[in-house]
Amino acid sequence: MHPLLIVSGLTMDFGGIRALDRMDLRILPGEIVALIGPNGAGKTTLFNCLTGMYRPTGGQVLLNPPGRPQRRLHGLSPHRITAAGLARTFQNIRLFPNMTVLENVMVGRHCRTTAKLFGAIFRPSATVREERETVGMCLALLDRIGLIDQADELARNLPYGAQRRLEIARALATGPQLLLLDEPAAGMNPQETAELEALIASIRGDGLSILLIEHDMKLVMRLSDHIFAMDFGCLIAEGTPDEVRRHPAVIRAYLGEETTDA
Amino acid sequence: MKNLPMPTGKDIRHALLTGLWFMFLTFPLLVIKVDPAEQSVTWRWANLVWVGGVSAAVALACRLLAAYRAARVERLRRLPDQTAPQPKLPLLFRPERLLPLGTLAMLFFLAFPLVFSTYQVNIMTTALMYVILGLGLNIVVGFAGLLDLGYVAFYAVGAYTYGLLHLHFNLGFWIALPIGGLLGALFGILLGFPVLRLRGDYLAIVTLGFGEIIRLVLENWGAFSQGPSGIADIPRPGLFGLDMTLDQSLVYQYYLTVAMALATVFVVNRLRHSRIGRAWFALREDEIACQAMGIDKTAIKLTAFALGAAWAGMAGVLFAAKTTFINPASFTFLESAIILCIVVLGGMGSIAGVVLAALILMLLPEYLRALAEYRMLVFGAVLVVMMIVRPRGLMSPPRQTYSPSR
Ligand SMILES: Nc1ncnc2c1ncn2[C@@H]1O[C@H](COP(=O)(O)OP(=O)(O)OP(=O)(O)O)[C@@H](O)[C@H]1O
Ligand SMILES: [Mg+2]
Repeated sequence: MHPLLIVSGLTMDFGGIRALDRMDLRILPGEIVALIGPNGAGKTTLFNCLTGMYRPTGGQVLLNPPGRPQRRLHGLSPHRITAAGLARTFQNIRLFPNMTVLENVMVGRHCRTTAKLFGAIFRPSATVREERETVGMCLALLDRIGLIDQADELARNLPYGAQRRLEIARALATGPQLLLLDEPAAGMNPQETAELEALIASIRGDGLSILLIEHDMKLVMRLSDHIFAMDFGCLIAEGTPDEVRRHPAVIRAYLGEETTDA
Repeated sequence: MKNLPMPTGKDIRHALLTGLWFMFLTFPLLVIKVDPAEQSVTWRWANLVWVGGVSAAVALACRLLAAYRAARVERLRRLPDQTAPQPKLPLLFRPERLLPLGTLAMLFFLAFPLVFSTYQVNIMTTALMYVILGLGLNIVVGFAGLLDLGYVAFYAVGAYTYGLLHLHFNLGFWIALPIGGLLGALFGILLGFPVLRLRGDYLAIVTLGFGEIIRLVLENWGAFSQGPSGIADIPRPGLFGLDMTLDQSLVYQYYLTVAMALATVFVVNRLRHSRIGRAWFALREDEIACQAMGIDKTAIKLTAFALGAAWAGMAGVLFAAKTTFINPASFTFLESAIILCIVVLGGMGSIAGVVLAALILMLLPEYLRALAEYRMLVFGAVLVVMMIVRPRGLMSPPRQTYSPSR
C-alpha cells in the first residue's frame, strides 16, 4: 500500500543541539503508529517539525492524500499543514480555556469553513447553513467523546481527562488524514485510559491514521500496528510491537547501558 | 442580610491601616495647598480626617461584605441538593431582561434631544463617540487579545482625512466617512505588519510608539497638516443640502452618532458570533493552539487591527465634523488610555459592558462637576477598585450557546 506520510532525513538543530537526526518514518493509511523513546528523545520535537511549529533544518515530509497528488509539507506554515490534513494535540494541554467546550471544537472547523467578513456581518443564507452544519458536526463529535452535556461549559472547568478528550475532538474537527497525539494518556487514571483506548480504536475505524506518542507501554502494545523507537534524536528501532519490545537497542535505551558501572 | 458577620479585631485593624495609608497617599494633594502668589501654605487638616475616616469605613464594609459572600457560598455548597449553584447575574444583566432593557435604552436615546438641552445633547454625542471607539478597540484588545496603546492614531487618521479632504478638495462629510474608515483600516494594516510577531508588553510599547509617531508627524509636518495650529472651519455633516440652524445640526449630529453607535454594536456583535470572532478568541486564548487549528494567524491579526482601526477612522471623521476644528493636541496618548480604560472597565470582550463603561466614564465627570478637576485621579481610582472588586470588568461577556435547531 502507498504510505500516507513519508518522512525522510528529517533533521532539527537547536543551536549546537541536534534534537532530530535524519529521522525516517512511513505511515500507512488507517494505521496506528506509535512513537516511543525515553524523555528528551525528541518525540515532541518531531511532532513540532511535522506540524510546522518548527522549521526543520533538513529533510522532507511528504503527504499522499488518497486520490490527490502528493504534497510537500516541510516549510509550510502550521495552518497550511492543518489544512492539508495533519491535526495534533499537545503534551501539555492547550485548549482555549475561556471558550466553551463547543466553541473549542468549532474553532477546529475554521480551516474547513469559508465565511468571511461579509458573511459574518450580513449572514447570507450560505453562512447560516455553514454555521448550522458546523454546530451539528461539532455536537456530534462531543457526543462521541461523551461531553455533549458539558457543551456550554467553559473548557477550563472540565476535569483533566475530559480536557484531553476535548483536545482530540478539536483536532478531529479539522478533518484530518493523520492525527498526531502527544501523550494522550498522561496523567489519566485507569478508567480514563480505558475510555481513551476505546476512543482511539474507534477513530481508526473512521479510516484515519494515528501517530501516537505514549509512555504507557501496555497501551502502546495493545493499540499500535507499528512502532518507531527513538533516542537522542535518532531512530533506534522499528517494527511490530513484538519486534520492538525485544529489540536490544530499545531495551538498552530504556534500561540503560549494560556496561555502565552500577 | 440577617447574618452579616461582626467585625473582628483583625478587620478593624485592617480598616485603620487602610485609612492611614490613604491619608498618607493623599496628603500632598488634598491637605497641603500651596499658594504661590501669596507665598503661603494652607493645611487642610479636615480633609485628612475625611479621607482617613471614609477610606477606613469603606475598607471595613468591603471586608465584611466579602466575608458575608464567602459564608453564603460556603452555605450553598453545603446544601444537600447537589445542583451546582448557577452563577447569579445581577438582576439587570440577566439575558431575559436584555430585550426590554434594550428597548428602554433605545427610547431614551431617541427622546433625549426632545427632553434635554442642546448642551446635554452635545455631551451625549461625545459619550456616544467613545462608545464607538470603545467597541472598535474592543475588537483588538477584548476579542483578539492584542494590547494596542496607540489606538488614537487611527482616530487622528480619520479626523485628518476629513479635515484635509475638505481643505484641499472641498469634499463633504458623507464622502469623507467611508474614506476615513478605509484609511483607518489601511493604517491598521500598516501598523499590523511590523508587530505581527509581538505580543503583550512588546506589542503595547510598539503600538504606543506608533500612536506618538502619527501625532508628532501631524504636529511637525506643517506643509501637510498645518501643524499645531490645526485645521479649522470643517463643516458639520449635511443633510441633502438642507440649511440647518446650529441647534438643529447638533441634534442631527446626535442622531447620526446614535445611528453609528447602533451600527457598531450590530456589526461587532455579529462579528463576535462568527467564524472570524471565534478565531479571534482562539488567538487571544492560545496563539499556538490557534495556529494548530488551521487558523492563519497573520490574516486574523491583520483583520482585527484593520477592523478596529476602521471604526476609529470613522469616529475620527465624526469627531472632526462635530468640533469643526482639529489639531494634534486632541490625539495624545491620554485619549488612547481613556479608550483602553473603557474596554477594561467594561469587561474585555463584552459589548454591553463596553457601552456602559463608555457612558459612565464620559458622563460622570460632566455631571459631577466637583469630580471634573480630579478626573484623572478618579479614572485611576475606578480602575484600581475595579481590578480588586471585579477584575473581569463590569460585565463578563455572556457565554455563547448554540442550539442545533437555530
Ligand atoms: N525549542 C527548543 N530549543 C532548544 N532545545 C529544544 C527545544 N525543543 C526541544 N529541545 C530539546 O530537544 C530535545 C528533545 O526534546 P523533546 O521535547 O522533543 O523530547 P520528548 O521526546 O518529547 O520528551 P518527553 O517524553 O519528555 O516529552 C531535548 O533535549 C530538548 O531540550
Ligand atoms: Mg514530549
